Amino acid sequence: MTRYLSLYFTRIGFSVATALLGAVFALPLIWFIFAPFNPRAELGLAVPDPFSLANFETVFQNAFALRGLWNSLIQSVGGVILVGAGATLASYALSRSPIRGKNVITYILLLFSSVVSGSAAMVPIFLIVNGMGLIDTHIAVILVFAGGLLPTAMFILRDFIDGIPKSYEESAMVAGASPVQAFFDVALPVIRPGVVVVVVWAFVNIWGSFLIPFILLRSSEKMPASVAIYSFYSEAGTPIVTLLAAYSLLYSLPVIVLYLFVSWKFGFRFFGGIKA
Amino acid sequence: MASVSFDSVTKKFGDFTAVSDLGIEIGDGEFVCLLGPSGCGKTTTLRMIAGLETPTSGRVRIGDRDVTFMHPKDRKISMVFQDYALYPHMNLADNIAYPLKVRGESQEKRHARAREVADVLKIGQLLERMPSQISGGQQQRTSLARALVYPSDVYLFDEPLSNLDAKLRLEARGFLNHLQRDMGMTAVYVTHDQAEAMALATRIAVMDAGIVVQYAPPLEVYRRPATTFVANFVGNPPMNLLPVEAMIADGALHLRAGGLAVVPLKVTRAAAKALEAGRSLTLGVRPEHLAVASGGEENTIEGELFANENMGPEALVTLEREDTARFTARIFTDEMVALEGRVRLGFAADHIHLFDGEGLRLPLDGEEG
Repeated sequence: MTRYLSLYFTRIGFSVATALLGAVFALPLIWFIFAPFNPRAELGLAVPDPFSLANFETVFQNAFALRGLWNSLIQSVGGVILVGAGATLASYALSRSPIRGKNVITYILLLFSSVVSGSAAMVPIFLIVNGMGLIDTHIAVILVFAGGLLPTAMFILRDFIDGIPKSYEESAMVAGASPVQAFFDVALPVIRPGVVVVVVWAFVNIWGSFLIPFILLRSSEKMPASVAIYSFYSEAGTPIVTLLAAYSLLYSLPVIVLYLFVSWKFGFRFFGGIKA
Repeated sequence: MASVSFDSVTKKFGDFTAVSDLGIEIGDGEFVCLLGPSGCGKTTTLRMIAGLETPTSGRVRIGDRDVTFMHPKDRKISMVFQDYALYPHMNLADNIAYPLKVRGESQEKRHARAREVADVLKIGQLLERMPSQISGGQQQRTSLARALVYPSDVYLFDEPLSNLDAKLRLEARGFLNHLQRDMGMTAVYVTHDQAEAMALATRIAVMDAGIVVQYAPPLEVYRRPATTFVANFVGNPPMNLLPVEAMIADGALHLRAGGLAVVPLKVTRAAAKALEAGRSLTLGVRPEHLAVASGGEENTIEGELFANENMGPEALVTLEREDTARFTARIFTDEMVALEGRVRLGFAADHIHLFDGEGLRLPLDGEEG
């Protein structure tokens, strides 16, 4: 009897502990959902009363901030296209071609991307971009992101493609397809789930990044949302909580929408047609 | 349809020689099985016909075209893969019609032809399904349909039945045999299953360690195996092999091994020559040529009963000699007697096989030349 009782209390204790832990993580999220609709929002958690869209009205009057969202979209989509296309073709080649030492190439790429990119490389990156005369252009931001994300994207995708039997493309080629046809008709649809993962990952990375656009861009009309969000800080550096909350929600929406879209369209799943 | 020929083809992967100096010819309309254990180079050989591997040296021809370095798409071939390699994102109709699509046929024509082939293979009602929604046997037929959807010079099969369960495999084997009789296609078929090769082939190329050991019609391979390797690989259960001591006396060839003595044989030229190299030969007897015997040392093997496996119409009786050599006999259960303890198995002198010290076949009287 006592054994059951102690088990009972252990369970209760465990549940309470996880509930508390969950609450700690949920609070910011709840604030994040409530605050935008609360014209008197502060850093404390409060249910909007009255529920209002006034914050959004003010945000929509800030042209700089809205342009920021549009710029973020240009830079993210541009970067994603480069990373997606580049990583797919490169990792396919690395996986399928009989190049000697391709494993070494892949690992060196990964090593360099994780060590060299980021803040440590900021100065050389700035100098290179400056030398190319690309400072203050979307292209500069897109290229730097593509360069930084490609190695890891290639690494992820190559691993994925390595797991897919060669006989798919072989059967296509034997059936009369050229290598290019075999790639687009057969290989690409089969590796698409991997490409989707890389694309989502790259999008989220670029969308949320602050430092690179902040350094490479000058004019305010090219700044992405991650930089433009600072226009909701007062001169003294204190945030205007109401507007910041509303803008943050707008800023997060594309990523959420992307996740939902991918999950609905592709379902993050893989369908097999190979009998093992 | 066309013939296929290999002109001293060698394929190396790094230091490993997968196929060594291959020189076989596959006639127009022949169904040739490449038979051998895994790693013997049979699949590599097939892939060189398909163009999925390039020979290190030598030439491959299809008909009178030199295809050694030709891209697979230009070779006019069809291939069925071991894992079927059905495209998971296309339904069966599109899978089957893919070879027509890359040839620029209209959608309407493609699907009409796919339906035609699918109906023959009895998967016509599944054309809208995806490959993941059909059974293994149906997947196998789909990959076969894709290979048959357009006319090819050569049809290649890479162990197409090895992923099917035993019953489906027999059914599919029968169908392939029927298809070959119907179409008279030139086919090259890779398998490690000797029964499949026997059932389907017009000629079998038995391969071992990258070399074709014997290239002959199935019955020839079965009745006159060129080496002990072939004798051991073809036939189920395999041929019983036993080292024997040979000597020529009184103008006859005498074979002995422990308690076994073979009735003196006529001395052939080959046997005489083999005896110059050494007195040790190998005697081979197929299980179906052994029967339970009583008394007498000549042409009988004696030993302890090791196993008695009943298979329905016949039984496999295995005995173990004092020198641990085992002999298996295939005996009709109707002719079975109760077996216990020591057993004697007898064989007829005209059903034995003889191999020299290197394992090469020695022709016996009546088959010399």
